[in-house]
Amino acid sequence: MEIEFLFWDGCPSHPEARQLLDDVLAARGLDVEVHVREVFTQAEAEELRFPGSPTIRVDGRDVDSEGSTARPALNCRIYHRPDGRPSPVPTREQLEAALP
Amino acid sequence: MTIALATEAPVFDLPGVDGRQHSLDDYADKPALAVVWSCNHCPYVQAWEGRMIALQREFGDRGLALVAISSNDAENYPEDSFDAMKARAAEQGFNFDYLYDEDQSVLNAYGAERTPEVFLFDAERRLVYHGAIDDSRDEEGVTQEYLKDAIEAVLAGEEPTVGDTPPVGCTVKRKS
Repeated sequence: MEIEFLFWDGCPSHPEARQLLDDVLAARGLDVEVHVREVFTQAEAEELRFPGSPTIRVDGRDVDSEGSTARPALNCRIYHRPDGRPSPVPTREQLEAALP
Repeated sequence: MTIALATEAPVFDLPGVDGRQHSLDDYADKPALAVVWSCNHCPYVQAWEGRMIALQREFGDRGLALVAISSNDAENYPEDSFDAMKARAAEQGFNFDYLYDEDQSVLNAYGAERTPEVFLFDAERRLVYHGAIDDSRDEEGVTQEYLKDAIEAVLAGEEPTVGDTPPVGCTVKRKS
């Protein structure tokens, strides 16, 4: 299993998202290396199809397929909680569902 | 650089999503003026928008004017264009003025860096509170209502207990 964690440092949400990812992996007992990549430029965002920070992919699949097709940009990514409220980080449930 | 506490409010005269111009002088009769740097596309702003509406609803009759300003570069962030601002204000039912600072001159005068970022001015238009709306983007996690407490203080003719907190949110998108 390959996990990619892409972030842009201009958005403050990535440490929280990374911690959440680590928590979920630990709870599942998964000892997996997370490939972390910082995105610096708009050109990189486009090349990496980066729709905002943070973006997490498991075996190439975005943990939030709905938001994965947004325009590549250096910004904070919008996730949604089950009740529809916006959030700058994915939910624990989204991460759990993305893992095998 | 962000303006310091006790600084007089920098002037502005900006178009609003309601199709009218809005200047600092237009709010002269309001004993409390909260200028909030905002935008459309930021999840932090979206998480706090409901509380901005609630504050204007709670304190509007008592003399609060909450004014949101977006200065974001709409060329690189088209979600923050003036047309998109008009659409969001209508969708979300904003009960406050939402202004567009296209040339970022007002942004430069205030020195805002984040969205959302609050500048609360008293009746003399001195800055008495700067920073976050409260201490949690998740409404259920709020323990400190910084802006609400500061508004209460201003409307009571007092100095807010907390004058400055770090704003948490997206960076303002400056033009390159």
